[in-house]
Amino acid sequence: MKISDTFRFAAKAATATPLRTSLLVLAMSIGVASVVILTALGDGARRYVVDEFSAIGTNLVIVLPGRSETRGFNPANLVGSTPRDLTIDDAESLLKLSGVARVAPLVVATSEINAKGKLRETMLVGTNSEYINICQLKMGLGRFLSKTEAGAGSTEVVIGAVIRKEIFGAENPLGKTVRIGDRRLRIVGVLAQGGRGMGMTTDELMIVSTATAQSMLNTNTLFRIMIEARSREQIEEVKSRVLKAITQRHDGEEDITVITQDAILQTFDKILNVLTMGVAGIAGISLAVAGILVMNVMLVSVTQRTSEIGLMKAIGATSAAIRQLFLVEAVLLSLSGAVVGIGLGYLGAGVLRQLYPTFPAYPPAWAVIAGFGTALISGIVFGVMPARRAAQLDPIQALSKR
Amino acid sequence: MVNESLISLENIARTFYLGDSQVHALNNINLQIKKGEYIAVMGPSGSGKSTLLNMIGLLDQPDTGIYMLEGRDVTTLNPDELASVRSERMGFIFQSFHLVPRLTAAANIELPLVLAGMPVKERTQRVTQALKEYGLVDRAHHRPNELSGGQRQRVAIARATILRPAVLLADEPTGNLDRATGDEVVRLLEALNTQGMTLVVVTHDQALGNRAHRQIRMEDGNIVSDVIATESVTHAQEVNPTEPVKST
Repeated sequence: MKISDTFRFAAKAATATPLRTSLLVLAMSIGVASVVILTALGDGARRYVVDEFSAIGTNLVIVLPGRSETRGFNPANLVGSTPRDLTIDDAESLLKLSGVARVAPLVVATSEINAKGKLRETMLVGTNSEYINICQLKMGLGRFLSKTEAGAGSTEVVIGAVIRKEIFGAENPLGKTVRIGDRRLRIVGVLAQGGRGMGMTTDELMIVSTATAQSMLNTNTLFRIMIEARSREQIEEVKSRVLKAITQRHDGEEDITVITQDAILQTFDKILNVLTMGVAGIAGISLAVAGILVMNVMLVSVTQRTSEIGLMKAIGATSAAIRQLFLVEAVLLSLSGAVVGIGLGYLGAGVLRQLYPTFPAYPPAWAVIAGFGTALISGIVFGVMPARRAAQLDPIQALSKR
Repeated sequence: MVNESLISLENIARTFYLGDSQVHALNNINLQIKKGEYIAVMGPSGSGKSTLLNMIGLLDQPDTGIYMLEGRDVTTLNPDELASVRSERMGFIFQSFHLVPRLTAAANIELPLVLAGMPVKERTQRVTQALKEYGLVDRAHHRPNELSGGQRQRVAIARATILRPAVLLADEPTGNLDRATGDEVVRLLEALNTQGMTLVVVTHDQALGNRAHRQIRMEDGNIVSDVIATESVTHAQEVNPTEPVKST
């Protein structure tokens, strides 16, 4: 029997019982679709987190005051206590290290902005002109902070898009004077809407020079020092040089923590990948169930078609030919279920993306291939037994059965 | 070959086991069939006539004895070789037609060709020819449930003969048909016989049996009489003494 004839015969046999076949295809497709959708969710979550962290900037090395007890990334690093302050001079000194492209000190506090009779409490960030490049922010209007001498305060302020809208509405805020805390500052720029930095939106930030922020807050400590390495390869070298340089400046005491964006990214990437695989595994169970269903349907089919099998043997079909027919039928059923399931999965992922546009719910290629492969393999594995049963039927007994 | 028989059965025995009891379906059968013969096998239910037919058709294997088909010992063939001999040399016709319900008349007739792996072009040609010969051209694309009994049996005969087998084996071919269509089917089979195809019919129907040139009567797994009608020769001497079936 030719392969093309085998396929045609098996396809005809499957379509002869449309209800049973479509129910089976549905069951198989739900299994495959759940693998596709759930992995799209898991992988979407991973990508979302990775994107958020990438949005901080590229090749970032971050210096935190205080030493973490454990190596690697730990949430405690972000809220560590401060045994010795990081100063603006520490930040300046890092600029001389090789492999360092940019350095931006960071001072963060909450403050009030007062303009046009409106008062609003919001986040104040003190930094320098490099911050916009390191954090890859975009300007909506005007310019970012100008380059100033180290330690010199300026009266420039850059505000977020939401603050601008709430205070000035459609009015052009550039050049306007606002009161922040006890200072009068001039607006030189507005950040583009939707920017993100350090996991928070920049829409409600006020950015001033480091010195201004420090004098406003009456402090000389820094919250963070953000460093951009010249290339990805240099991140590790920069990290160790920074650690060494600051330790030296701090009388040989290692009282800072240096983390790299890469390390954080990789950790999240790993965690969420494992999560995705776990979810895919759970979805895979439904595929196994669908496989057992394939076996059941094929066994019923063999029983119903017993006399047909007898006849085929009488007119010259070998056992191998019969086995092939039933195996191909099982495979065709699982394959069509897989194809429909992948279609449904992509549709479901598309709907998810429509509902949550910021969530990149794209099914990963490996999951689609794995879902398809599992469906195919379960079709073969669970198709073998019924096919063998059909092939082993005794033609005389099969023929006598009506 | 000294033996010019198409089919030669020597001491063929077949025993079935039903629980504890033995059933001797065939009891040391000796039978020679020449090419082109028209044989009716008759006898009561359970006399072993269907088993004999299955044996000749290579659907069943004897427990003992030798079956020579066209001078070749077919008792030692493996299942795949048997399938190929069935495909090339045997045509089966059944009481209940055994058409594949989801396939059209044409596709049913085509089935042996598909199983034999014949190219599509040759297949369609042969099927068209067969449809013409059996007057089924306008029924070609009907499913079995849209055909009359006579038409169904014609489709079955077309299917059985499409590979030009040497032997046509019919098990109660008119059993499910009324007399008129039954006669029509029998005439069709006889026409194939006159073309040289060996025809073996198993039947309860005395009238049908009487039309055959040679009548074999079976009882309890033995051939009790073997009459060649035209020559009126009784082969009683070839027949084994009748033994009642014993239960052990």
